[in-house]
This record gives sequence, C-alpha cells and structure tokens, in this order.
Amino acid sequence: MSEQKLTIGQELPAREFRITRDSLVRYAGASGDFNPIHYRDDFAQKVGLPGVLAHGMLTMGLAVQVVVDFVGGSGKILDYQVRFTKPVLVDAKDGATVTVSAKVIEIAEDGKSARIDLTAVAAELTVLGKAQVRVKI
Amino acid sequence: MVNPQIEGKIYPRTSSYLVGREKIREFAKAVFSEDPANHDIEAAKALGYKDLIAPPTFAVVIQERSLTTVLADKEAAIDFSRVVHGDQRFIHERPIVAGDELVSELKVASVKTLAGNHMVSFETAIFDGSDALVCTAISTLVVRGDS
Repeated sequence: MSEQKLTIGQELPAREFRITRDSLVRYAGASGDFNPIHYRDDFAQKVGLPGVLAHGMLTMGLAVQVVVDFVGGSGKILDYQVRFTKPVLVDAKDGATVTVSAKVIEIAEDGKSARIDLTAVAAELTVLGKAQVRVKI
Repeated sequence: MVNPQIEGKIYPRTSSYLVGREKIREFAKAVFSEDPANHDIEAAKALGYKDLIAPPTFAVVIQERSLTTVLADKEAAIDFSRVVHGDQRFIHERPIVAGDELVSELKVASVKTLAGNHMVSFETAIFDGSDALVCTAISTLVVRGDS
C-alpha cells in the first residue's frame, strides 16, 4: 500500500470480497450487532426475509477498504456515506461475493481532498447507493 | 410507529467507551482491512499516531451505544423489529485511536413519514476525553409501517 496520485475519472483497483456465514458471525462479535437476521435462517424467514443477510454496516465497512488501500490508509478518510439499497443474501453453504469498484469523481480546488464514489455489487445487484468517500490528499 | 414529537430531542451523553487495541484489530479483521495502521503499532506510529487507528466505520460501535438509548426510550416508541438501516455517514475530524475514551451525544435530526414508513435521522456527535469532536455519525433508520 502506498499513496498514489489521483486524477479525475481514474478507476481504483477493484476488490472482490468473499462473505460467508463465518464473516457475519465475526462481524457480529466485532461490532456488537447481534441481530439474529444475520445468522439464523429460521429467524430471517420468520420476519419475512428471503434468508440470512449481511449486516449493511459490514458491506459499508469492507467497501471503503478499496479506497483505504489506494490512498494510503484509514486516516485519510474524511467523510464516508452510503445508502443501503439492496440487502446482500449470504447462503449458508455458498456465501456471497461483493465486488467493489471505485472511481475518482472530483478533486477539491485547493487540491487537499478528493471525492471517490464506490460501486458495490452482489448477485448482479447494486447493494450500496450514493456511496461517496471524501479523502485527504 | 414513531413519535414525531422526538424530532429535535437530544439524548444525554453516554458513559465513556475506552477504545481497545485488540478491539480495533478484531473490527479491522471483520471488515477485511489490510491497512497496516489498523493492525501494526509500528505502522501506525510511523504515520504519527500514538497507537493503532480504527477503520473508518468503527465509529458505528460508539453510535450504537447512543442508538440503544433511543430504542429503549418509551417516548420515542420505535418498534425495533420493524427497523431497517436506511443510510449511514461518518464525518471524521480525526481517526479514532486506541486508548481514546469516547462519549457520544445523539440528537434526533428529523422524523419524516413517506408512503406509510417513518424515517428517523439521528446525528451522533462523538467526543474524546478532552471534549474535542472526533466524529459525527449520521444515520437514518426506516421504520416500516403497519401495512
């Protein structure tokens, strides 16, 4: 990982994240979010969901790593926002794959920050909307 | 249901949360972070931090402590079983560092009703031990209507 120069329109290297039920349990423990829709099929079905879902905050947390890796670390992230548009279904056996790509949209006039937008796709659906990261440069 | 009267309500500050080094490592691993400054103290120090820094979304752990207070508030009357996370934002003044003792103060920014669903936006200000703002976490919860 190193700091790289950013230019408008530049695409950052995409990353594929393999999420399994183990990942969900790990995130539940790390974050303290123990909502059973993230690990129990019977509970998910009871509340009308198609199955166990990844925590939205897990998807948000991993998606920004594409930017963290490129700009030189977590400390460079000034502002990060997403909308949770579609859930990520995580099959008990096959898990799920979230593919994240990122593109530089804007560089501030003072040259000190830039806006990078993320695209996160799982099972051919865009799972995050308005996913914008402002980074220090 | 959500009580629209809670718009503007400010909830008392939480007790302080001590950010642990191993908690940062655990959270970093859970979000697939490969940032050395989340895992390796020497790497974090080389960047000028006094200890490990947290991944950008770690502030959710602090926000959650304030949100729990709201969800337990009978006046707010939020039915947690109908809650879906709509959106989330973190505005960082500086990264969270291991050793920080953080408190949070939550304000209900807005309560809106759209197509039978209620949308409640919260602004959680996170302060460090010297009362300096570290992060503002903004979150919208969608509470599904009765239909």
